[in-house]
Amino acid sequence: MKIYVPRDAAALGVGADQTAQAIVVEAQRRGIDVELIRNGSRGLLWLEPLVEVDVAGTRVAYGPVQAHDVAALFEAGFTAGHPHPLGHGATEQIPYLKRQERLTFARVGLTDPRSLSDYLVHGGYRGLRTALALKPDDIVARVTASGLRGRGGAAFPAGIKWKTVLGAPSAQKYIVCNADEGDSGTFSDRMLMEGDPFVLIEGMTIAGLATGATRGYIYLRWEYPQAKLALEAAIASAAAANYLGQNIQGSGKAFELEVRMGAGAYICGEETSLLESLEGKRGQVRFKPPLPALQGLWGKPTVINNVITFASVPIILDRGSEFYQHFGMGRSRGTLPMQLAGNIKHGGLVEIAFGMTLREILYDFGGGSFSGRPIRAVQVGGPLGAYHPESQFDTPLDYEAFAAIKGMLGHGGIVAFDDSVDMAAQARYAMEFCAIESCGKCTPCRIGSTRGVEVIDRLIAGENAAKQETILRDLCETLTYGSLCALGGLTPYPVISALNHFPQDFAKPVRQSSASG
Amino acid sequence: MSNQSPRRVIPIKVERQSNLTAKERSAVLEACMRLKGLPGALLPILHAVQEALRYVPKDAVPLIAKELNLSVAEVHGVVSFYHYFLQERPGRQVMHLCRAEACQALGSAALEAHVKAKLGIDFHGTTRDGAITLEPVYCLGNCALGPSLMIDQQLHGRVTAERFDALVSQSWERT
Repeated sequence: MKIYVPRDAAALGVGADQTAQAIVVEAQRRGIDVELIRNGSRGLLWLEPLVEVDVAGTRVAYGPVQAHDVAALFEAGFTAGHPHPLGHGATEQIPYLKRQERLTFARVGLTDPRSLSDYLVHGGYRGLRTALALKPDDIVARVTASGLRGRGGAAFPAGIKWKTVLGAPSAQKYIVCNADEGDSGTFSDRMLMEGDPFVLIEGMTIAGLATGATRGYIYLRWEYPQAKLALEAAIASAAAANYLGQNIQGSGKAFELEVRMGAGAYICGEETSLLESLEGKRGQVRFKPPLPALQGLWGKPTVINNVITFASVPIILDRGSEFYQHFGMGRSRGTLPMQLAGNIKHGGLVEIAFGMTLREILYDFGGGSFSGRPIRAVQVGGPLGAYHPESQFDTPLDYEAFAAIKGMLGHGGIVAFDDSVDMAAQARYAMEFCAIESCGKCTPCRIGSTRGVEVIDRLIAGENAAKQETILRDLCETLTYGSLCALGGLTPYPVISALNHFPQDFAKPVRQSSASG
Repeated sequence: MSNQSPRRVIPIKVERQSNLTAKERSAVLEACMRLKGLPGALLPILHAVQEALRYVPKDAVPLIAKELNLSVAEVHGVVSFYHYFLQERPGRQVMHLCRAEACQALGSAALEAHVKAKLGIDFHGTTRDGAITLEPVYCLGNCALGPSLMIDQQLHGRVTAERFDALVSQSWERT
């Protein structure tokens, strides 16, 4: 009798360990032989802890299951898949999951993330096998043809980056995974690393083969201790089975991998600060050029990509570029794991092809707000993403479509707010966050963010509001065009979008109107 | 007759008195010895020091600098850049309360006010009994089940004022 209880951090945060323990104790008490598997999360996070029972090869879901529900579940016969008020039937048939197109997350929640053999049984390392038979040029060509763009937020074509590194002559090159997932509203990297760490390792290994890099680092944020455990366990198993090391599967090719921990700096999600941090320094942004692809870690050619980018590579090599390219719309090819977060009834991970509208994902998947009140604003793309009003909810989830409405998809985080939100407070917070997290290297970001908080305070207080608004817009323009990196450069997105779409929130007392002729 | 003062030696190098205990000092040195061969060793060493001592004492900085052949300013610059490294001895438990947008959307501002009032401290403060240090954090990656709180390395989701009070009384009981 196999029972699955996730070890995903989100599940642990709502009591999954206690549930798992209660299942073991209750099974013992009843003399039932249970094999407990600690899987990743299926991504239906409002149902966590989501317990699954294997009934003749079909997994049946119950959730959210707290420790105190366990005895009643046994009583109802959940080990045979019998109904219970917490039951949801076959997991795969739950509409939230059934409607998704899980490519990158194909195994997350399904397999035991600590088991290499489980990974292999579920199609793992087939991409690497293909890659080992190809020349580096051909691997890069396949990644380029798939249309895969960096999933960290900037959406730069992965193949082009890899080609640059491949073409850069150097005795030492590096593969760096940006696992500093600091955007609020995002957790896909975390879920993937905790739920299927091998796929990230495989993707990075393929990147090494493609570019001639023999050493890789995963730069992981300290806030993800479960991911660290999962990655380190997976790296050890992969190395023991020659999927990492000096002679990968007897090919004579080498690739070594190591996890390095960040220390709580949002800016280290910016690739050049991340490299500085890996080198043991303050995470301050570097000037570009030189591009990291030419002079990256310790000055050597470096591929630096996000977790999801690397994790999408094995399936491209395994199933072919056309298979992957077939998903999506316009120049946004493949799938994007969207993350539904904030004030949303059914929060979780939704991997779908690009092109679904924001409204569909908020209501068809998300089920509306958690509080039951109307959704008033949605921030897409993390703390540097714009706030969108209801009138923009029909925008398709596509890089270019969001750029056209002065927003960005970023890393795919969607944070819903209900009508109790104060958008002036959100705009102020955006500036405050920039001030807290600024690396301090460039003036517009370092000083502008603090000035931004002050100006918004005066604007909210109604002190000569029209003038303050002019100053704020001017300041935002300076940040946009004068900052070195995206932190200062994009902080105006949430600020200006809040101001443009929700001006009434900034006009608490009597608002002075600008002089008109 | 001159009122020239006697010749004084101006010390060029001041050896500051270190307040580290022998145990703390050896923990710092052990971390340095074990990790200094790594490329980019400073962050791994600081993590190891904080893991052993629960913070990075000011007096650990010159030791680390010497071992890595860096200036004290360089090491201090790194310690102070990263929010995670604590420069003061924390309480017996460190609570990281998420302040980011997804938690805000679920009322974390009100929770934050409750937490501060309940503990009687602001962010970066430690309760008078030395039990709890409160730190802000900007996203714990638990954005669908907020508001979120991390106690030491343990994540808690859907934290309400009541749930927080229960967690605090647990930790007060334990200490």
